[in-house]
Amino acid sequence: MAKKIAKEVSVAVAEAVAQCNVDVISAYPITPQTHIVEHLAELVNNGELDAEYIPVESEHAAMSACIGAAATGARTFTSTSSQGLLLMYENLYIAPALRLPIVMALVNRSVSAPISIWNDHSDVMSMRDAGWIHTFAENGQEAVDLIYHAYKVAEKTLLPVAVNIDGFILSHVVEPIEFLDQTLVDKYLPPLKMKYKLDPKKPITIGAIGVPEIYTEAKKAQDEALKASYKTIVQAWKDFEKLTGRKYLPVETYQMEDAEVGLVIMGSLAENAMNAVDILRTKGKKVGLVRIRLWRPFPLKDFIKAIGKVKALCVVDRAVSHAATGGPVGIEVRSALYQSNKRPRVLNLIAGLSGRDVTKEDFVEIFEKTFETLAKKPSTPYEIYGVKE
Amino acid sequence: MRPELKNFKPFTMKNLPQYEGFAQGHRACQGCGTVLPLRLALKVLGPNTIAVTSTGCMEIISSPFPYTSWEVPWIHVAFENSATVASGIEAAIKALKRKGKIKSKEKINIVVFAGDGATFDIGLQWLSGALERGHDFVYICLDNEAYMNTGVQRSGATPFGAHTTTSPAGKVIKGQTTWKKNLMGIVVAHNIPYAATANPAFPLDLMNKVKKAALINGPAFIHVFATCPTGWGCKSEDSLLAAKLAVETRVFPLYEVIDGKYIINRKIDKPKPVEEYLKLQRRFRHLTPEQITYIQQRVNEEYEKLIKLAECFGEEKTETKQNQEE
Amino acid sequence: MPKEQGLVSWKQLAPGMYILEPGNSKKFKTGDWRAFKPVLDKDKCIKCGMCYILCPDICYQPDQEGFFISNLFYCKGCGICAAHCPKKAITMVLEEE
Repeated sequence: MAKKIAKEVSVAVAEAVAQCNVDVISAYPITPQTHIVEHLAELVNNGELDAEYIPVESEHAAMSACIGAAATGARTFTSTSSQGLLLMYENLYIAPALRLPIVMALVNRSVSAPISIWNDHSDVMSMRDAGWIHTFAENGQEAVDLIYHAYKVAEKTLLPVAVNIDGFILSHVVEPIEFLDQTLVDKYLPPLKMKYKLDPKKPITIGAIGVPEIYTEAKKAQDEALKASYKTIVQAWKDFEKLTGRKYLPVETYQMEDAEVGLVIMGSLAENAMNAVDILRTKGKKVGLVRIRLWRPFPLKDFIKAIGKVKALCVVDRAVSHAATGGPVGIEVRSALYQSNKRPRVLNLIAGLSGRDVTKEDFVEIFEKTFETLAKKPSTPYEIYGVKE
Repeated sequence: MRPELKNFKPFTMKNLPQYEGFAQGHRACQGCGTVLPLRLALKVLGPNTIAVTSTGCMEIISSPFPYTSWEVPWIHVAFENSATVASGIEAAIKALKRKGKIKSKEKINIVVFAGDGATFDIGLQWLSGALERGHDFVYICLDNEAYMNTGVQRSGATPFGAHTTTSPAGKVIKGQTTWKKNLMGIVVAHNIPYAATANPAFPLDLMNKVKKAALINGPAFIHVFATCPTGWGCKSEDSLLAAKLAVETRVFPLYEVIDGKYIINRKIDKPKPVEEYLKLQRRFRHLTPEQITYIQQRVNEEYEKLIKLAECFGEEKTETKQNQEE
Repeated sequence: MPKEQGLVSWKQLAPGMYILEPGNSKKFKTGDWRAFKPVLDKDKCIKCGMCYILCPDICYQPDQEGFFISNLFYCKGCGICAAHCPKKAITMVLEEE
C-alpha cells in the first residue's frame, strides 16, 4: 500500500511528470506555474530525471519546442497559465491538428486586463475550440492522477491533453498525495511508439497546405478523433482504478440521486460547493452537485444522466464570455440540455473571478437563489455574482 | 581552428554531392533564386536530415497537399517559430539517443529554412533563443528581401529605396526609407561557432559553407542572398546575374565568422558601381540620383567596416582557397 | 450532396494530414509553364555541370556520355542554364505549341 506524502501540489505534479519518464520538457515561467517548472529543473540537474530541459524564451516558444519534440517521437511536457497560454495561442490549434501527444499542466489563472495572477478559468476557456482534451482537477491527488492519465490518453489518441489545476488555491497548497509506485507507472505507461514521426529512415511531410479541396476532410478527421477519444479516456480511468482503487468518471455527482436543485461547477471550488450541499441537506433541502471533470470532449450523455431529475440547475462559471448568452460552461450546459428532453431552469452565475473566494456560505446563498428561479425565471442569461454595485 | 573543421574537405566541381533532397515538380516561379540555395543545401546535408521550414514561399511551393517536394522528413508549424521547433527536434533526438530509443549513432542534421520575414522580423526572438541555448542545428535564412509569398511587402531585410507594396515608390516617399537590418551582426553577437553569408551565384562557396555548418557542434547560421525575379522585377534568366552583381558591387559581401573571427571569402578591391546591380531590377527603377549616391556611400561604408572587423577579429589570410570559384 | 467535394475521403487521410510519400511532387508536371525551352549544342558543351548545379528545378541529369540534358517534363524555361553556360552551349528556343 503506497504511502501518502504531504507535498505542495505543484511539486507533486512535477514529480508525477518525472515518474512518467518524460523525454523533453519545455519551460517558460509564469505565476502560478513556476513551482512546477522549477522543480523539474531541479530533478534534471540533480540527475534524478533523464530528460532534455529546454529553457525557452517565451511561452509561444515553449509550445513550439513541444511540437518539434513530439513530432520526433519524444514524450513532452510543458506548463503555463493565463497570458502565457494566450501567447502560445496559434500553436494550441496546431498541436492537435498535427496529432501530437503533448501534455500540458494548465495552472488556471485570470487573464489581463487588468493584470491578475489569481485563479479563475478565463485562460482555459479561451482555447475551448482548439481541439485539446481537457480534464479538471479538484484536489492534489487528482492533479497527480490526471497527469499519469494524460500521458496514457495522449499517446493512445495522438491528441494533446491539458490538465487544469486551479492556480494558487490548488497549485500552491500542501496536500496528502499518494504517488503511484514506479513499477505501476511503467506498467500503465508503456514507452511512446509513434507510427509516423520525423525520422530520416521513413521521411514524411508534416504541415502541408490544407487546400480547399482537403481542409474540410482534415478537420472532420480531427473532430472525429477528439470525439472518439472519449472511449480511451474512460478506459484509461478504468485501468487506473485497477491499479489504485481510485475511480474517476467524466462527470462526478454528489447527492444528485433525489436532488431537486443542482449546481454545476468545474475545478477545486467544487469542494466548497459540496460543503454547502451538506449544510442544506441537514436543513432538508434536496440539493446536489455536478462536477464536470472531462471538459473536452464534452461528455454529453454523462452530463444529461448526472443532472437526474432536477427542476433547477445553477451553472457556476469561473470566466466571462462577454455579452454572450451565458458563461462558457453555461452556454455548453444549455446547449447540452437542448439535445435532451430535460428542461430545468438554468441560472448561470459567474463567480470566483481572479481568485475571489466563494465560500460555502456563498454557495448556500447560490443554491437559495437557484430555488428562487423555480418561482421566477432569471431576468438575464448570466449574472456576475457578488459584484459590488 | 575548430576541431570539427580541422580536416575539412571542400566540394569542387569535380566532386559534387550527388544526392537530391528536393524533388522536381515544385511550384517555385521560373528562375527562383530562393529555391536553388535550398536545393543545394539539401544536396550537401544528405538524407540523414530533418528539415523545418517557416511559412513562406519555400513552404508553399513545396507542400501543396497531396504533393510534397521534400525527400527528407519535414515539418512546417508556423511563421516565426522554426528555430524553436528545430530546438525541440534537437532536444528530442538527444534524449531519445541517450535513452537508447534511437539506436543509430549517426548524426542527424537538423536544418531550418526560413525567409527574411520569418527571420529578421517575426521570428527574431525565436532565433535568438535557439542560438543562445546553443542547439546543434543549421539555420539557413533565405533572404529575398521582402515578404514575397504574400505579395512583396517590405520586411526588415528590404534594402534602402526598394519598392515593395508596403514601402511603395510614391510621389512623396520613394520606397523603403531605412537601411537593411544587420542580421549577421545580431547573430554574431550571440557568439555562435559559425555564421556565414552565402549566395547561389557562388554555388560551391554556398555548398561548402553548408557542409561546414553541418559539421559544427552547435548553432550554425547562414545568411543566403536569395533572388526573386518575380518580386524584384527582373528577368528570370537574370536571377543569378543579380546575385553575382550583389557580391561584385559589395552590396552583399561573402564572409564567414568562425568562433568570432571574421574571414572575408571574396575581397572586392575593384567593385562594380552599385548602379549596375540596381538597374537590373524594377524595384529600384524609381531611385533618384541622391538615393543612388547614398546607397553607394553606405555600401562602401559597410564594406569598409567589414574589412576593419576582419583586421581586428580575423585571420591573416582573407581569401581561403576552398571558396574560389571556377 | 454538395457540388464541391474533397480530394479524398476523410477516412483515407493519414492522421494529422501527413503526406507519407516523400518527393511525390515528381508526379506533377511543371513543364507546361514554359514559353522557351533550352536546346544544347553538344559540340560546344564541355560537361562542366554548371547547368546541373544552377537549375532551380533540378532538371539536369547527365546522359550516358556525360552531357547534361534538361528534363522537359519539369523545365520551366527560366533561362538560367543558358545565361550561365561558360561555353554558351545552351540556347533558349521558343516552344512551338
